[in-house]
Amino acid sequence: MEFILNNLLTLILFTPVLAAVIVMILPGEQEQLIRWTAFILSFIPLALSIVLWVSFDPTAVGFQFEQQIEWYKALNSSFHVGVDGISLTMVLLTTLLTPLALLASFSIRDRIKSYMVLFFLLEMGMLGVFMMLDLLLFFVFWEFGLVPMYFLINQWGSEKGEREIWGGRKVPARVYASIKFMIYTMAGSLGLLLAIQMIGLVSGTFDIPELMKSWTSLNTPLFGMPITTVKAIAFWAFAIAFAIKVPVWPFHTWLPDAHTEAPTAGSMILAGVLLKLGAYGFLRLVLPLYPEESKYFAGVLAFLAVMAIIFGALASYGQDDFKRLVAYSSVNHMGFVVLGIAAAAFANGTKDPQFAQYANIALNGAVLQMFNHGLSAAGMFFLVGVIYERTHTRDLKEFGGLFPLVPVYGGILIFTSMASLGLPGLNGFISEFLVVQGSWPVFTLFTALAMIGLFFTGAYILKGLKQVLHGPLNEHWAGHISEINARELMVIVPLMVMILWIGIWPSWILDVINHAVAVFK
Amino acid sequence: MQFPILSIIVFTPIVTGLLILLIPAERKTEIRVAALAAGAFALLLSIWAYFSYDIAAGGYQFIEKYDWLPALGISYHVGMDGMNGPLVLLTGIVMFTGVLISWGIDDRPREFFAFLFILATGVFGVFVTLDLFMLFFFYEIAVFPMYLLISIWGWKVTREYAAMKLTLYLFIGSVVALVGALAMYVTAGTATGQWTFDMLVLEKAGFSTSFQTLWFPFVFFGFAVLGGIFPFHNWSPDGHVAAPTAVSMFHAGVLMKLGAFAALRVGIMLLPEGAKAHMWWIIVLTLVNVVYGAFIASVQTDFKYVIGFSSVSHMGLVSMGFATLNREGMLGAGLQMFSHGVMTALFFAVVGMVYDQAHTREIPKLGGFRKVMPLVPIAFIIGGLVSMGMPGFSGFIAEFPIFMGLWGYKPWIAIVAALSIVITASYIIRIIGNVFFGSLPEEFEGHVHDVTVLDKVALVCLSTVLVIVGVFPSIMVPMVESGVNYVLRLLGGA
Repeated sequence: MEFILNNLLTLILFTPVLAAVIVMILPGEQEQLIRWTAFILSFIPLALSIVLWVSFDPTAVGFQFEQQIEWYKALNSSFHVGVDGISLTMVLLTTLLTPLALLASFSIRDRIKSYMVLFFLLEMGMLGVFMMLDLLLFFVFWEFGLVPMYFLINQWGSEKGEREIWGGRKVPARVYASIKFMIYTMAGSLGLLLAIQMIGLVSGTFDIPELMKSWTSLNTPLFGMPITTVKAIAFWAFAIAFAIKVPVWPFHTWLPDAHTEAPTAGSMILAGVLLKLGAYGFLRLVLPLYPEESKYFAGVLAFLAVMAIIFGALASYGQDDFKRLVAYSSVNHMGFVVLGIAAAAFANGTKDPQFAQYANIALNGAVLQMFNHGLSAAGMFFLVGVIYERTHTRDLKEFGGLFPLVPVYGGILIFTSMASLGLPGLNGFISEFLVVQGSWPVFTLFTALAMIGLFFTGAYILKGLKQVLHGPLNEHWAGHISEINARELMVIVPLMVMILWIGIWPSWILDVINHAVAVFK
Repeated sequence: MQFPILSIIVFTPIVTGLLILLIPAERKTEIRVAALAAGAFALLLSIWAYFSYDIAAGGYQFIEKYDWLPALGISYHVGMDGMNGPLVLLTGIVMFTGVLISWGIDDRPREFFAFLFILATGVFGVFVTLDLFMLFFFYEIAVFPMYLLISIWGWKVTREYAAMKLTLYLFIGSVVALVGALAMYVTAGTATGQWTFDMLVLEKAGFSTSFQTLWFPFVFFGFAVLGGIFPFHNWSPDGHVAAPTAVSMFHAGVLMKLGAFAALRVGIMLLPEGAKAHMWWIIVLTLVNVVYGAFIASVQTDFKYVIGFSSVSHMGLVSMGFATLNREGMLGAGLQMFSHGVMTALFFAVVGMVYDQAHTREIPKLGGFRKVMPLVPIAFIIGGLVSMGMPGFSGFIAEFPIFMGLWGYKPWIAIVAALSIVITASYIIRIIGNVFFGSLPEEFEGHVHDVTVLDKVALVCLSTVLVIVGVFPSIMVPMVESGVNYVLRLLGGA
């Protein structure tokens, strides 16, 4: 127990690798064994992060469970892990969604072993980003997560559709989507990589807590340019990399393809956790390392976020593909996260105690929205997957009137959609309300515009529900569609419980977040 | 007297090569076993030497010095430092895996292994020698068997052309370098009265700045031709493609490092002031290497040409790192030599395996090979991730400091060079998708088979090294760092 508590973060980070190794040595033809082993092993990181949550002291300032081990001494980079309230919430979200996603993957038939191994590597990559307090290793995990995701989409993605690529060559849509995802994100990270190298060279260290002091107080000209210019360029290098991952309009175009073509569990993790990496990057790196630039450019970020909210909702409304509709809804919802972050960045910069209060509220909302969207988006993608497995179509026009055929599924779909819509009493309401409350005094016009987006959120959610569940029954499905089964219920019910729990009693999680965001001043 | 480990490493291959020639040609299995034993022996010794190097002490270790031609100041003088230590290890790895991969060669294996081993001795010799004359001596030993290996065992379509082109390029390069080396010898000898080719002495000769500025390009470019520097790179993809698999592995994996290493050892370390005067335009040339090389690689349709041009691009990063003349850049370049060596050996091994089965290397005609050779795509993907500088693998460990070094020199160069990362990613992804995934073309159905156990062992060895260095950089970084510190002292820095 002593050992576990002393190395808790390292253990959470590397137990997925251990699980991957165990799965790898299982005989390939024993599919059932592989599935269950992977599923059971994925509870180890979850159990450890619950231990982490319980032994975490929310009132303490700074990072906890820190551990620092020499890694790349020549560049002064070390394996430095630690969590605060923000990363703790994200670690819990990751380890919570992984077992559910693995359970949702039980219907995968093809090369289940490689699939499970990649999934565990993906989990490790994401956890690493949330835990690292070293800029170089942050980037290592940030980039590494792309690889398993690429192969999950490329190999296990949707089997239908064709797209043109590289001058008219026809490839399956999943190949197109995976390459777009990979190249888009890698190109986006290029600026981040260069900025990290520059910071490392100038500061002589990659340790994030140290950089928060030394890099922010740096004010000598660099490379023959004024320091403000260098910092502004570096700020945008960071911001664009993270904005692509979130994604913020107009950098979102990889997302609908990747989400739509990914296998169900891949979409769950993609929407549930991967998008949060971008928002987390803003919170962990951009705000602390560039407080002045963040304030200066907060208006631009808020504008982009509002565009994401409005266009995300409109685009979502315009879709006929159920999965694409849900995919665009992520653009819409993540827009609120960025809006909250932008408002906080601006408010903190003004040094006005009244504004600091707004910043605090907006950040609480943003972080909670990250967690909530993780739950509801994962749930929505899973439900889309459930119906797809039965009908082999995602075309909304082909559904219709399915409610009487699948009443339980219908009820669950309505429940999850309502969480996504922001119905009071469910989780989405709390976080979006906080974001709006915090941003209103800071960016009144933008927040008002975002309300229009919120209106369209209602419209597209109801459109989706109507086309699938209500209206005249498409006779084609009568007798051909079965009710949601027990395994699928085991995936969705925990998510529903969490959604309701946070909706009714959010303070258990807000306490942790609140103390963490209080340090942004 | 201490155990002469470096001499044993250097001469094991050539002695084995000559002994193999005594075995009757038809006893092919015995020949192969003998070759494998020698490869394993050299690998074990180089691992041993690598790990027994005392990093805290630094400098040259395992030194051996015997007079060879005292009248002219030539001696057999070898030693290992942080810069060449990883390269000796690299050569050991490539030699061992190269023998494994060449097991299937049926056409005169006796002569093949003999020439390959003469080549290996030349390579080991260049890396460890501390005598300028011996460096040229070993250098020519390494280049000459290459000609025979390519023109006899190479790809039938282009082998005569490629072998000729390669040999002429490299000989011209080495002659140019030799002129520079003789200028140093004569000038130092006249000035001090001590006529010697010993590089440790020449380092302290204190050549005038104008002398260094004049002769540096001769020496540097003479050797950098072998490192594939733009615009003298175009022998290299042709040579890679025409060579048989094991020779391509040696060629791209080790021989190109010979050029970069000698350009460092003789050019930068003996003529530091000259290096400082010329670095700005050398960096621009290497930038062309890095970006343009990646672009060319991305439009090739021949699998082997893609890898050939990717070597041009990656070796550009090595020369670039050296040319920054700062700590980060050179550290990265030293690591990149090792990382690229192992990675490209892996690449060429995979290309060879695919070609042996499919008898074509046209990327659009291939596809679905993961179904017949499940381990090969995994190895290739690991190599590909190294190639695109993906964190967690050795390529990142090496390229990151190179870019930091560029930031320390001129930020815009770092920014332009970084483009190559995305281009590399795009062509690697294209190959992975087109060769290994997708559906297996009908004409291959039933005609292609899995690779042999020996091939698998080779692939596992190479890819494990790439992962280990990537995850635990401390296994190699401190050693290279100590080598870099030595170079920095010569440059007058810290």
